[in-house]
Amino acid sequence: MAQTRREMLIDPLVDNNPITLQVLGICSALAVTSSLQVAFVMSIAVTAVTAFSSMFISMIRNQIPGSIRIIVQMVIIASLVIIVDQVLKAYAYEISKTLSVFVGLIITNCIVMGRAEAFAMKNPPIASFIDGIGNGLGYGLILMLVGVIRELFGSGSLFGITIMETVNNGGWYVPNGLLLLPPSAFFVIGLLIWAFRSWKPEQVEAREYKIQVVEAH
Amino acid sequence: MEALISLAVKAVFVENLALSFFLGMCTFIAVSKKISTAMGLGISVMIVQAITVPANNLILNNLLAPGALAWAGFPDVDLTFLGLISYIGVIAALVQILEMVLDKYFPPLYNALGVFLPLITVNCAIMGGSLFMVERGYNFAEATTYGISSGFGWALAITAMAGVREKLKYSDIPDGLQGLGITFITAGLMAMAFMSFSGVKL
Repeated sequence: MAQTRREMLIDPLVDNNPITLQVLGICSALAVTSSLQVAFVMSIAVTAVTAFSSMFISMIRNQIPGSIRIIVQMVIIASLVIIVDQVLKAYAYEISKTLSVFVGLIITNCIVMGRAEAFAMKNPPIASFIDGIGNGLGYGLILMLVGVIRELFGSGSLFGITIMETVNNGGWYVPNGLLLLPPSAFFVIGLLIWAFRSWKPEQVEAREYKIQVVEAH
Repeated sequence: MEALISLAVKAVFVENLALSFFLGMCTFIAVSKKISTAMGLGISVMIVQAITVPANNLILNNLLAPGALAWAGFPDVDLTFLGLISYIGVIAALVQILEMVLDKYFPPLYNALGVFLPLITVNCAIMGGSLFMVERGYNFAEATTYGISSGFGWALAITAMAGVREKLKYSDIPDGLQGLGITFITAGLMAMAFMSFSGVKL
């Protein structure tokens, strides 16, 4: 095995982050981050589904015929998502209402499918489980970062607890309403990617066109 | 009829699947480098969306909803918890059938759209369309309208995005922002533009 288990868990956090580098699972990363609590629950749900689906798929990887593997993977993932959905409905009904369709959309979250296809089909169950957790955490990390920025500056609170008293409640902070609206998620993630890539320059994408200074004749 | 038109306008502009619900973002970012491919994918999404949303609506109302199995002698059965797995099954099966039908009867169209069809099964916009249909309790006519118009909205967004990106590749962008970063910021600006439709009501 090329990587140790520890590396497998740490690597997807920054160096090989599913969102900023592999461009997977962006849909829900943007949609559920306007409050931290929801982002937190979503991260846990995705980590659990990725880890267990990778493990189960890896267990039966030698029995799955190549031609129908996508459908088999889908069925396993969909069953796990149904379990998560039912658990959320039973124990965290309010949050499951806020997440609305995005719990169901974990099925089509590319991280889950991507790890199943790229890792779990070739590796033993325990390694796949750890890889799933690692990627889920990498996804969660970005989700939490975006959630912190959007909730703290958008409504002056974290986890629904007021940190900066807003003007409406007699405090001093004027909340930035834009951060609660959908477009801000794009900006925040775009800027996060910029920050990540300035920190790790090897992740920068090559340019298609270079601007050259041409001497005037 | 007016209600349906209003629903269609809302689904295309105000509640655009790509730009206000962020659905289908993975493909939206990955396949928006050229206008022609973006348009091909957009049209495929529209076709698949127009078929799967009404199909899932029929399945929900005739098989899964509480009491829907009364015709088979099970008036108390509630199968809604099987929703997710049925919808994704329907989507995967329909995409496969569509691929075969196109291959057999419309080869030029198949050659143009063929490569995108497998991608569509895992496109969250398709699944999202069906889930929104369930959550908002659309009837069959509404579901059909919603399917077509939300697919059209997605196609519109990805084509516009590809147009912007075709020009953008010539510009001088800071290194870290190159590629993915600037794409996100562009998408954000487009989402803001689409938000200006939010007051529109017919």
